[in-house]
Amino acid sequence: MAALANILVVAEHDHASLKGATLNTITAAKACGGDVHVLVAGHNAGGAAAAAAQVAGVAKVLHADGAQFAHGLAENVAAQVLALASAYSHILFPATASGKNAAPRVAAKLDVAQVSDITRVDSPDTFERPIYAGNAMATVQATDAVKVITVRTTGFDAAPASGGSASVETVSAVADSGKSQFLGSEIAKSDRPELTAAKVIVSGGRALGSSEKFNEVMTPLADKLGAALGASRAAVDAGYAPNDWQVGQTGKIVAPQLYVAAGISGAIQHLAGMKDSKVIVAINKDPEAPIFSVADYGLEADLFAAVPELTKAL
Amino acid sequence: MKALVPVKRVVDYNVKVRVKSDNTGVDIANVKMSMNPFDEIAVEEAVRLKEKGVVTEVIAVSCGVTQCQETLRTAMAIGADRAILVETDVELQPLAVAKLLKALVDKEQPHLIILGKQAIDDDCNQTGQMLAALADLPQATFASKVVVEGGQAQVTREVDGGLETLSISLPAVITTDLRLNEPRYVTLPNIMKAKKKQLDIVKPEDLGVDVTPRIKTLKVNEPPKRSAGIKVADVAALVDKLKNEAKVI
Repeated sequence: MAALANILVVAEHDHASLKGATLNTITAAKACGGDVHVLVAGHNAGGAAAAAAQVAGVAKVLHADGAQFAHGLAENVAAQVLALASAYSHILFPATASGKNAAPRVAAKLDVAQVSDITRVDSPDTFERPIYAGNAMATVQATDAVKVITVRTTGFDAAPASGGSASVETVSAVADSGKSQFLGSEIAKSDRPELTAAKVIVSGGRALGSSEKFNEVMTPLADKLGAALGASRAAVDAGYAPNDWQVGQTGKIVAPQLYVAAGISGAIQHLAGMKDSKVIVAINKDPEAPIFSVADYGLEADLFAAVPELTKAL
Repeated sequence: MKALVPVKRVVDYNVKVRVKSDNTGVDIANVKMSMNPFDEIAVEEAVRLKEKGVVTEVIAVSCGVTQCQETLRTAMAIGADRAILVETDVELQPLAVAKLLKALVDKEQPHLIILGKQAIDDDCNQTGQMLAALADLPQATFASKVVVEGGQAQVTREVDGGLETLSISLPAVITTDLRLNEPRYVTLPNIMKAKKKQLDIVKPEDLGVDVTPRIKTLKVNEPPKRSAGIKVADVAALVDKLKNEAKVI
């Protein structure tokens, strides 16, 4: 490649503002070379487009607006990206539920492989990504002309949300696919930080025994620490915590400053989701629990006594 | 209404894989292989739709080595009616699998394609979406509830922060999340029955698909080891460490 071609980042946003994952994806994009452009496809999404223009290192924002983007349907988002794709050597999405949903459609239509969940950029065509629930790290080279990538946000620092002054260019929006329709959503409203962006996470396991106990024991600690709440798969399967709290290989991948695991034994699939946390605290009464093998501070104790005591001591 | 259910043979969920000492990959010689757990959920869902009278035939498909026949027999023991193996020794990447499946979709004309959201070996989370794009079909990924009615599927999806529900017109691709259902245990009589069910074998060439890998694995390393820290005696000691040593609170 003679000149570095441009890089497109497909923004995750709520129309009014950018989601944090977009900022980490922009950092990964900068490492790929070229100018970084950000696509905001949304409905009345001027706010998100303006926010994207402020991000340090962004050269241009492309804003496509229409009701067909109101709910981020993969068919429509992918079609919008494809309409712009020919100008780019790399197309990056955050590896979030919506990024994972749309990116492979783009790759398949371009007849190129997708590199999922990258954690490092070695060169414009070589990336590191975890496989087998993070039990191995693969360094892979994408041989196709266009690289379609999803970015594991915990692998990259967030780009500064201010300091940039990119131009915002309105691009024509693609038509609705008409094959898929949004009926509704149940998104829990909460004052807590988002799980994947939280600085502190308090996570509970099956040992909590019921959703009432989970709430009674874990919530006050989370309140005290200003933390997001997480859970192990076992706790979610048992109905003690909502599905989207699950931390692990197939749930959320998190890397907070402090991760407190209470009553979580530490299956490899759970460790895969949190072992990049800066400081890990494990509270468990089983001295053999695998969680202790990754914990900076382990407390062998009954969580029903230790967690309230910890809440009180803070 | 036909349902096509792609299934992948992977290293069993409970096996902790080891990176090979020459860093060329992970050692999967002599380890237990099973059906990808998300695909098992997909088979279960298709079979339940058949039991409800919504689906008339469930076809399981696998792409890969000869031994994938075992995975297909498991799918038929759960209740799939017949199976197709696209046999090849070439390392198959998601784009190649999606193309093979697209060729089978053209041939079999299913109304529903249900598959796992990701395989637990390469953790790619691509094949279903790629197939949907190649076949120009709508998709509902990460499904936790599926209702099929009147040429539409109403699918509840697990998204960041909660759930959302879509209505997609059939034919469509659905990928399964963990809590869509709990797959049944296969019984010995059903395993015996599955041995007699039809299993066709085709080659990628028969389907006119080039499966050459597009991504080269340069090396595979162990992840950075996180070593165990210390045990603290009580809550007071923990608070002290967090405040004064780790300085995170």
